[in-house]
Amino acid sequence: MTRQTDKLSLDRRNFLKVFMAAGGAGALGSLASPARASAVQTKARIVILGAGAAGTALANRLVDRLSGASITIVDGRKQHLYQPGFTLIAAGLKPASYSVTATTDWLPSGVTLVEEAAANIDPVSRKVTTASGKDLEYDFLILATGLTLDYGQIEGMSMDLIGKNGIGSVYAGPDYAAMTYAEMSRFTDKGGVGLFSRPATEMKCAGAPLKYAFLTDDIARRKGNRGKLEMVYAAHNKALFSVPIVHEKVRMLFEDRGIEVRREHVMTAIDPGRKVATFTTPDGPKEIGYDFTNIIPPMRAPDVVLNSPLPWQDGPWVKQGWAEVNKHSLRHVRFPEVFAVGDIAGVPKGKTAASVKWQVPVVEDHLVAAIVGKEGTTSYDGYTSCPLITRIGRAMLVEFDYKDNLVPSFPGVIAPLEELWVSWLMKEVALKATYNAMLRGRA
Amino acid sequence: MKELTFGMLLAVFEEMFGATLFWTLVAGAVLITLSFLYVLLRDRKVVASQLVRAELLAPIGAVAAILFVQFVTNSGFSDIGGPVDVIALILIGVAGAVGLTVLAYVVQGLFGNRAGKAT
Repeated sequence: MTRQTDKLSLDRRNFLKVFMAAGGAGALGSLASPARASAVQTKARIVILGAGAAGTALANRLVDRLSGASITIVDGRKQHLYQPGFTLIAAGLKPASYSVTATTDWLPSGVTLVEEAAANIDPVSRKVTTASGKDLEYDFLILATGLTLDYGQIEGMSMDLIGKNGIGSVYAGPDYAAMTYAEMSRFTDKGGVGLFSRPATEMKCAGAPLKYAFLTDDIARRKGNRGKLEMVYAAHNKALFSVPIVHEKVRMLFEDRGIEVRREHVMTAIDPGRKVATFTTPDGPKEIGYDFTNIIPPMRAPDVVLNSPLPWQDGPWVKQGWAEVNKHSLRHVRFPEVFAVGDIAGVPKGKTAASVKWQVPVVEDHLVAAIVGKEGTTSYDGYTSCPLITRIGRAMLVEFDYKDNLVPSFPGVIAPLEELWVSWLMKEVALKATYNAMLRGRA
Repeated sequence: MKELTFGMLLAVFEEMFGATLFWTLVAGAVLITLSFLYVLLRDRKVVASQLVRAELLAPIGAVAAILFVQFVTNSGFSDIGGPVDVIALILIGVAGAVGLTVLAYVVQGLFGNRAGKAT
């Protein structure tokens, strides 16, 4: 029966396979699951902090791999947010509801959900304390907390400013992304100066600030108003993207689109009344006026991790608080019963859903191996990807690793630095489905 | 990309369409395929006149498939950016053309007037 079905839908399926792999599964990566042997019997107590993409995907995989384990997932947020959708919401292409589901929609039976925030981690006595004071002892702890958007580090900025007076912030959440679109839409009607930037901290999806500049440019062109706009992109260092070859491509595209680049500008303050942002630069503070700006705040570890012994103790990430894990095994270097996955992991790349897709099987492998007294064998190579939207209808499917190598899923078929329709289809059609399948531990 | 398994594909398609719709579509595809095979086996040949009539619908199927993909996405012909886009467009068109041709052939085979064919 299945064979016959395949016959009929062969063309469509093969087409979908190519574009899904190119943009969805490919963008999300696809790591071979460790061989699914019979479930490991264990009484291990596993606590997962965070029911976002990483925590949920791992929980779903662990319930299949382990039998008898006590798996507790701690998250006070009732909504699960599909964050890759924020850009589409902020472009007016999807409603805010596009990114919102319930946390409980994705959790498997056999997992205990503690619906409150974690307040303290004591990795010495192996204990997590929740906001209400409940103690959760663990044998293994998974940090999947995500990160904190630290708007407070920009003087004068607060989230209640988003959606007013030309201030947008795509990252802040689905409703804020919708409000950002409303402001961007007004801007592209009236014209003025559009100011785009990114923070100097590590950040999730470093392509998103670029995408939104491209999208704003595109929407203004579609309205016939591009001539009314002055577009400025303030890069935090000398590069537009951390991968040199991608930086060069984006530099050329910005030149083509007439987006002016200011380098080594880090936003430190904003004055909503004057519509002026202040930046630190090598030449001292500089002000740039705006009629519309997409604020992307500095990002750091949530307080529960930041204030624990788990962050890096030296190096550039001490203040940001990312967990000090081995970049290949994602296992904590000082507390081996602790792993970090997703945004909270202190690794050079990988704060995307695509990285989560590749990281989760690695953590699963090392965790299950540790439970049976062995060492895991899989390794995370820093894979991440970004369907870098360059206009509505086109994107570049950029995939890369720790070494800044491009690692295209389909070399010779889907060109990574080419603005393609199929890459856009991936972003718009297949990415969310692949993400959801990942959440369920099925992809 | 290290591996793209059939199970992953199924999972993604279930999420894309919803499990109910996806398996309904699969069931529909299976039904049409079985009907096509039944008609072929019953007639012991491809009936040329029916095939030609069915093939007349192929361009409609091709265009409909392409427009459908554009309708459900925020994209259009002007977004074609490279060779793979053209290939994808052609594959979508071929899928629509083949799908509608098979469907039309099956409909004729099952419900058409067989008197002429018997002579």
